[in-house]
Amino acid sequence: MTAKSGSNSWNTAILYACVAAGGVIGSVARYLASLLIPSLSGFPLATLFVNITGSFIIGFYSTLSGPDGRLFATTRQRQFVMTGICGGYTTFSTFSLETFRLLHDGRTGMALLNIAVSVVTWLVAVWLGHVLASRLNRLKGS
Amino acid sequence: MIGGLLSVVLGSVLGGVARYFVSGFVARRVGETFPWGTLIVNASGAFLIGIVGALAQDDSSVFASADPWLFAVTGFLGCYTTVSSFSLQSLSLAREGERGRAAGYVGLSVALCLAAVSLGFAVVSLFR
Repeated sequence: MTAKSGSNSWNTAILYACVAAGGVIGSVARYLASLLIPSLSGFPLATLFVNITGSFIIGFYSTLSGPDGRLFATTRQRQFVMTGICGGYTTFSTFSLETFRLLHDGRTGMALLNIAVSVVTWLVAVWLGHVLASRLNRLKGS
Repeated sequence: MIGGLLSVVLGSVLGGVARYFVSGFVARRVGETFPWGTLIVNASGAFLIGIVGALAQDDSSVFASADPWLFAVTGFLGCYTTVSSFSLQSLSLAREGERGRAAGYVGLSVALCLAAVSLGFAVVSLFR
């Protein structure tokens, strides 16, 4: 093993550790949200909440710490926040299971509503986060 | 409560590492012009949650009890799959003027994941 490939695998190991650590923080936050937020007459509100707020945060942080951003962040910090915290906090699998259960229980309207509301609000949230961070990036001074 | 929290923590360590590995592996193989990595992560996670969800309907299954469910679903699969990356990638495609690809990504993700959950349930009922 050369010195360079040795430092590369060390760097990769650190990135994995950043993702794992962030993933734990995000997942515990999602677990707490699922305990605190009740479902609204069968509508899975807790999952919607984490997916909206997680999309907003990743849109905001990725633009604020991006190439033209005012926040300097290392690759490790970006992986920790975006791939780790935001990735662990949000969940596509639970959304899919909850939608499937609604369909399975014959609550087709509620299932379709969950799909439509989720996809639209996730995308609006990531866009809002991006727009807000772009504004902050353009402000004078630092 | 502490046992449940520990289950979520352990599951999410594995889920986060698995997502980073799979999405990186797919991106290196097929390139990054389309977010296949996240799509495969989310679809495979949906398939697995379908299997676990179907197994949990049986009271004698391990997944019918709280801690294994918290480990596998809330911890592992919850952390393995992601909406935030999906949203960010959809926005990036749209901002790059790739509106068709963005819409295709959104539609494909939702359709594949719902189909994958159904497939997971179907596989379990096949062996029951």
